[in-house]
Amino acid sequence: MLAGALFYVFAAFLIGAAIGVITTRNPVHAVLFLVLAFVQSAALWLLIEAEFLAIVLVLVYVGAVMVLFLFVVMMLDINVEKIREGFTRYLPLGIAVALIVVVEIGHVIWFRSQGLAFATTPKPTPEGYSNTKELGAVLYTQHVYAFEIASVILLLAIVAAITLTMRHRRGLKVQNIAKQVAVRREDRIRIVKVETSTER
Amino acid sequence: MLTITTAHYLVLAAILFSLSVAGIFINRKNVILLLMCIELMLLAVNFNFIAFSRMLDDTLGQVFVFFILTVAAAEAAIGLAILVVLFRNTRSIDVEDLDRLKG
Amino acid sequence: MQNIYLAIVLAPLAAAAVAGLFGKAVGRAGAHTVTILGVTVSFALSVYVLYGQLHGAPIYNAMLYEWAKVGRLSFEVGFLIDHLTALMMVVVTFVSLAVHVYTIGYMHDDPGYQRFFSYISLFTFSMLMLVMSNNFLQLFFGWEAVGVVSYLLIGFWYTRPTAIFANLKAFLVNRVGDFGFILGIAALVTHTGTLDYSLTFGQADGLSGTSIEIFSGAHWSLLTFACICLFVGAMGKSAQMPLHVWLPDSMEGPTPISALIHAATMVTAGIFMVSRMSPLFEHSEVALSVVITIGAITAFLTGLLGIVQQDIKRVIAYSTLSQLGYMTVALGASAYGAGIFHLMTHAFFKALLFLAAGSVIIAMHHEQDIRKMGGLRKYLPITYWTSVIGTLALIGFPGLSGFFSKDALIDAVAHSETPGAPFAYWAVLLGVFVTSLYSFRLLFVVFHGKERMDHHTQEHLHESPWVVTLPLIALAIPSLVIGWLTVGPVLFGDFFKGSIFVLPMHDPLRDLSQEFHGPLEFMVDAFKAPAVYLAAAGALVAWFLYLKRTDLPARWQQQFSGLYRLLMNKYYFDWFNENVIARSGRLFGDFLWKVGDQTLIDGAIVNGSARTVGLIARFGRHIQSGFLYHYAFVMIVGLTVLVGWIVFRG
Repeated sequence: MLAGALFYVFAAFLIGAAIGVITTRNPVHAVLFLVLAFVQSAALWLLIEAEFLAIVLVLVYVGAVMVLFLFVVMMLDINVEKIREGFTRYLPLGIAVALIVVVEIGHVIWFRSQGLAFATTPKPTPEGYSNTKELGAVLYTQHVYAFEIASVILLLAIVAAITLTMRHRRGLKVQNIAKQVAVRREDRIRIVKVETSTER
Repeated sequence: MLTITTAHYLVLAAILFSLSVAGIFINRKNVILLLMCIELMLLAVNFNFIAFSRMLDDTLGQVFVFFILTVAAAEAAIGLAILVVLFRNTRSIDVEDLDRLKG
Repeated sequence: MQNIYLAIVLAPLAAAAVAGLFGKAVGRAGAHTVTILGVTVSFALSVYVLYGQLHGAPIYNAMLYEWAKVGRLSFEVGFLIDHLTALMMVVVTFVSLAVHVYTIGYMHDDPGYQRFFSYISLFTFSMLMLVMSNNFLQLFFGWEAVGVVSYLLIGFWYTRPTAIFANLKAFLVNRVGDFGFILGIAALVTHTGTLDYSLTFGQADGLSGTSIEIFSGAHWSLLTFACICLFVGAMGKSAQMPLHVWLPDSMEGPTPISALIHAATMVTAGIFMVSRMSPLFEHSEVALSVVITIGAITAFLTGLLGIVQQDIKRVIAYSTLSQLGYMTVALGASAYGAGIFHLMTHAFFKALLFLAAGSVIIAMHHEQDIRKMGGLRKYLPITYWTSVIGTLALIGFPGLSGFFSKDALIDAVAHSETPGAPFAYWAVLLGVFVTSLYSFRLLFVVFHGKERMDHHTQEHLHESPWVVTLPLIALAIPSLVIGWLTVGPVLFGDFFKGSIFVLPMHDPLRDLSQEFHGPLEFMVDAFKAPAVYLAAAGALVAWFLYLKRTDLPARWQQQFSGLYRLLMNKYYFDWFNENVIARSGRLFGDFLWKVGDQTLIDGAIVNGSARTVGLIARFGRHIQSGFLYHYAFVMIVGLTVLVGWIVFRG
């Protein structure tokens, strides 16, 4: 019972945060609303006993990705007034499309379930069930290939992001260690015969 | 109504998804908002996966969410990098200014 | 024997190739030597073949080379050598040889000397292929080839616009005839399944009852239809009305070819063809009456035109047209032998007359208007006397070759039962008067009377060189004697037995042969018939009008100006062809060009399709707005619609 009420509370906050993301004027506020949304969904996932993912959501998503968003928002010098022009012009159309999508999906869920058990509570998990352990058991055995590829993707993201935003500053004096170490004696020293003066 | 079924989660996911779609469409001025709406969309999809994973008692759904999170993070990073470079060049993040690939 | 036939055909061809392709290398002397050599070989061998045929050699009918086979139809090169062919071969090669020698003198100063010799040798080859053929395809090949060479030769002086007009006219009018010709051949091939003569003739009896449907509901006998179509081809080639218009214009070509092609050989191809097809024509009385009627009309009306011509070659050209009409009349009367016999005699004396005219033209420094001539017999004796012989032969003076062929012809028409024969009889009989009139008019105006040429030309008048006068003499001899010598066996004997087929029920020549008792008696009998007197009357009238009372023609011209204008305009045939047919053809072509080609195809289809694509693209490109939110929106809407359709379709 409590779970049901909690669900509704969290769900309400979630939807409110989502609406806030898209309607707020200030981009920093938008990011913060998104953070709120993620935290609410982490809570909801906890309710459905997907703890590992819930924590990962908070740690990785909120902790890293959203912070990144915030960095970028802060870094860019955004003209706030210009941002909200023309908002109401497309609102009706946007709302209409959204409503249609919801209605369709609702229709599918309620009238087209084809015998799948949508309207039932999921089975309760047995004693000593550890979501993390279950996930790990599957992840490192059956899906280890995908796991490795996922890590490569992350590496790719690093490289890509750095490459995209890198710029070379002109006139910057930087040490090139490789060049320094590869110097030869001949490049630095030159013996010159100097005429000594024999004049007294 | 108080017993929470899979259907509740699915409907919630649907609402989130449609909200993000509306967000993409309404938003004309801010590229960052675009990226955030995409994150919302991915969140909605994650909800679906986890709900079904619980309903069908198959961990595979959660494994997939794991990967979705990974890829979403990578994509957000790269997207923001592109945004930064775009901003350096055009000094604006107005979506209406990004129309050079038009016919 | 096969090699002899091949040599006859290929010698002129090889000579033509040498003179034509290597003309510059072999020079003038080389060109005329090699071509005369080629034609001499042909002539000698043709005489040999004729000799063999007369002495009992079998008819040669064999295929030499199979070119292609389409279904059941076989396209072959083959020869059919019988009496008819042999006769034609000798005539063709003899006249060709005479013309070759003549050309040495006539074209002496012409820059296209070698080209001319090459063409006339090529013509000889084509004509020989035509007459020696044993199947329709080769006949058609020869038919077209002589047409092409005629075109080349009429337009020999191609820088002259009149020559170019004339050669195209000749070719186009011939083409109209060829259209009918091909239809005829096609009709025969579809029902016989073969192009070979002997196989087709063998089926003629069986096909005489077959009828075909031309338009829905119109049933004609197959043989009637085919023969009329074949005759249309003959009308084109042998210049029968209304396809006669090209022959007077063909006088634009040099005189030697007027003699060779447009008097003796090419124009007789139609006559030859109808005779060759006698097994088919005999089965269709309708076709025969068409033939005889058109021949009669041509014979009389074109003769009338000869009276008013002022150009020496034109007079002889209309004379040729008239005589071709005579030959056609003979064919229509089922007297094919008489037609061929007249063809042979006519070849000799008409070629003679043309070459003599050419001699006059050379002497007059290429002046052709007879109003500027007169009294030339003093200066050109050989030309004059040979012209006299030719003229007498033409009008049918008793004893000369033309007399035998013409009188036999007229008699045969009198005995003929073909519908239309009585009309034809009167036409040819009156035609004798007309022939005599214009022939003697020409003779008197050119060679007798007051000298009307300018002083300068008169001083230079002299007889032509021997290369010109020798052929004249060579042609005068047969014009004199060949009638007397050959009328018995050829016309009333068995000469054409294996070649020409006549149904016994209407065979005028066989009826006449009962009454034939030798050439002398034939001559004597002729004085009982009106033809001789009509000829004499014509000569008398000509003498009266052009030597005695030379003022009369001018006065009559004014009095009968309407009739005179009709004759001068050649019955308005040319006017009709040029202003109605040609003009509507050109208008249609213009229409197709401006509307069909430019507007429709270029404008609407080619450019229009490009423009439509451009239009669509111009509207379509706005879909690519470049805005992400547009794309996302379209994606979502599309997805929504798709899902909605899947979900709600039940």
